[in-house]
Amino acid sequence: MGLTARPSDNLARTDTTPGSGESWVATRLDFLVNWGRAGSLWPMPFGTACCAIEFMATAASRFDLARFGMERMSFSPRQADVLICAGRVPFKLAPVLRRIWLQMPQPKWCISMGACASSGGMFDNYAVVQGIDTIIPVDVYVPGCPPRPEGLLYGILMLQEKVKRERMSDTSLRNEMDPDPKSGLYIPPQAIDELSEPFGNSVHQTRSGL
Amino acid sequence: MSAPFPVVIPGRAAPDAPAPATPKQLPNRGGPANPSADALRAKFQGGVVRVEVIWGETNVYVDRARLFDIVQWLHDDPSQRYDYLSDVTAVEYRDPEQPLEVVWHLRSLPYRRFLRLKVELPRDGKTLLEVPSVWSIYKGADWLERECYDMFGIRFVGHPDLRRILMWEQYHEGFPLRKDFPLRGRFSRAEQLRQALAANPEARYSMEELTVAQAFEDLPEAMRKRLKGGERTGE
Amino acid sequence: MSTKRTVDVAIGTSGLDEQGRPRRAPLTVTEGGTVTTLEPPPALEDALELEGEHMLINIGPQHPATHGVLRLVLELDGETVVRCIPHIGYLHCGFEKIGEYRQYNQVIPWTDREDYLNSIGNNVAFALGAERLFGIEITPRCTVLRVIAMELSRIISHLVWLGTTCIDIGAFTPFLWAFEQRERVYELLERWVGARLTTSATRVGGMAADIPVGWMDQLQHFIKTFPKTVDEIDRVLTTNGIWVGRTVGLGVMTGDEAVNYGLSGPMLRASGVAFDVRRDFPYLDYETYDFEVPVGTHGDVYDRYLVRMEELRQSTRILAQAAARLPDGPVNADDHRVVLPPKSKAMSDMESMIHHFKQVMEGPRPPLGESYVAVESPKGEKGYYMVSDGTAKPVRWRIRPPSFVNLSAIGKMVEGHLLSDVIAINASIDIVMGEIDR
Repeated sequence: MGLTARPSDNLARTDTTPGSGESWVATRLDFLVNWGRAGSLWPMPFGTACCAIEFMATAASRFDLARFGMERMSFSPRQADVLICAGRVPFKLAPVLRRIWLQMPQPKWCISMGACASSGGMFDNYAVVQGIDTIIPVDVYVPGCPPRPEGLLYGILMLQEKVKRERMSDTSLRNEMDPDPKSGLYIPPQAIDELSEPFGNSVHQTRSGL
Repeated sequence: MSAPFPVVIPGRAAPDAPAPATPKQLPNRGGPANPSADALRAKFQGGVVRVEVIWGETNVYVDRARLFDIVQWLHDDPSQRYDYLSDVTAVEYRDPEQPLEVVWHLRSLPYRRFLRLKVELPRDGKTLLEVPSVWSIYKGADWLERECYDMFGIRFVGHPDLRRILMWEQYHEGFPLRKDFPLRGRFSRAEQLRQALAANPEARYSMEELTVAQAFEDLPEAMRKRLKGGERTGE
Repeated sequence: MSTKRTVDVAIGTSGLDEQGRPRRAPLTVTEGGTVTTLEPPPALEDALELEGEHMLINIGPQHPATHGVLRLVLELDGETVVRCIPHIGYLHCGFEKIGEYRQYNQVIPWTDREDYLNSIGNNVAFALGAERLFGIEITPRCTVLRVIAMELSRIISHLVWLGTTCIDIGAFTPFLWAFEQRERVYELLERWVGARLTTSATRVGGMAADIPVGWMDQLQHFIKTFPKTVDEIDRVLTTNGIWVGRTVGLGVMTGDEAVNYGLSGPMLRASGVAFDVRRDFPYLDYETYDFEVPVGTHGDVYDRYLVRMEELRQSTRILAQAAARLPDGPVNADDHRVVLPPKSKAMSDMESMIHHFKQVMEGPRPPLGESYVAVESPKGEKGYYMVSDGTAKPVRWRIRPPSFVNLSAIGKMVEGHLLSDVIAINASIDIVMGEIDR
């Protein structure tokens, strides 16, 4: 669903397509750089609630994130590659999350783990941000409440695939999106309101609505 | 602090009382009340408005003006010894005729008793939502009363530092647990997000923190101006 | 910090002299073939007091050692804490507000997420409160199953505490051991209710599901093998000079202070007050189980650690007794106003269908009244206060959070200690921000 401009998801183009226009050296270099990045993503666990416990379980011995090069948790954003937002983000925590994201140097990615980080989850009320993608750009959403460790691993593998598809020639990938100076918001206010609308059956669980 | 503390076993003030057991078959109304209710009625005539026993729990409705004395007496009197404050909260009913109730849950560990005190604040627009603070009796009331203020807007007179605790101090939308506060808040989502992001996390230092005078001088100029302008204190 | 309390350590690494400074091997220099020993530095009393300003340091809200999104603002004099002011609310998600818009059975998933280390324990606590509000008695089988659930929950919560405290103080391996044991309990919970962490295992009047075939055997196997891990962790930590040196004498709360601050759970018991809700205000027939309540005597971090380790063993003991006495019979109470009828009856019998319809569409409605049921959660006295106005949704759902009240005492506990002790003391309170901020 990503709201940022990421034109590089061109799956038809592969390294070995003849006449793709990229030089052999550039594609080999891309491969090397992406392999290095994907294989050693240092996560910044922005763990708030229950998903953080499942994240810890994923990092522990049974599910073992170290297999994927991610056992070095970086609690300082300055040394991290991927922000894993695990858990619900209330409005009071929103500026903190924004600041942590801005402190991370490029290249950086974001995994939104769990329903609450992806969309506000079951907390459709005055206190919770309805999806962290209203504040920071998200690369992979992992659904679940909380997602099983296998689910989180699937999301991490998806991110690794995404990293491997990147091209150095595509400079827009490393753009930092600045917030609109007037509203201080990252995406237009109407978009935020639309995304946060309750939809479907979630509001009318019982006859009295809400 | 080198000698070990003596072990305190609850219930030691009433060694003849029956051993505690899981309550079963509780009646909706009626049943034996907590003996403290009668003791209160005897000691504070007029201070006790009524007593109800609901599902085996004793609810004592007291007069707001005498609440502090009642709690002090319950804490100090050797036949009561309510030394443990479990909770301070409030209840607002959906029916606007019913008053807002402020609730205290007290436990007496020496006597193994549980008591609920309530003060009713009519929602007629004329009564101030204020009750005395019991912080001077129970230090545990500190955060509990702050939370009650944050969620309901009830002022606890005598609390040393009554400011918002769960929401940020410049939170403008209101008091979330009031019944006239909608579930999703009063502002639109974009506006809520904008206000949240505008609340600079570093500006939220309390006055207590900033009495460290030298630290105040070290803060950046813009921040000092904002703080001097009262930015940190909420409603 | 204080060297007055003596604990026998397996490896004596005190390394401090009488003045509390690290012992030094004498420093020798060779000058032109002659070896001379340099003078040790002057005693502390002779050294000039170094003047300086106090620093204001901010820890969190994003910090690995704050166990969630807690923000501590410390005023430091050098390395010593003069004052500590905690800020919470970074995980406030409006639980109590949303409880007013959901039926009683619909509130149960929220109780999972609130103290997420003790999910199934919270489910049980809420169901007990709701059943008192409705005036329902649960079946004997349900009672014993709930005791099993609560004790399993206590075990997994204490294991998280143990693992994360070890990481904070510097030992990484017990974290992995603890989490492996948690995985075994997660397997049990998953087989029972389908979910590992957010179980939603109870319903008003009973449980979501009865235990499957073969579950008791797996539980028995767990009961038999779990104490080995506890013993292993005990061997590594309890008489370890580093662990003892970093936890003894820290964050002392006397019994009177602890009661006045409203502390509960292992925090209170480590200070010498033997208040356990299971003993003093029992529920679920806990008075019929044979277990001990560990009580500490020094009120420091080391005692809290000892109390929780012993609670792990006592929980295993209760589990064994509960598993032995599990009676047969129905799990859910036979009350059609609250408990859904079995599907076969709801599809064939008109009356059952009407009950099913009313319960799902409107929800069970309790009589006017209120109830407060407190249970002994791993963190302390956990209570759910529910007020009903006769409708299907509570008028007020209040969560009495033990960690909230326990954390308010941190300012008192941390004064005069060093910065690294703040982390250890914070870890010893066993906070979970989901419960504090709700």
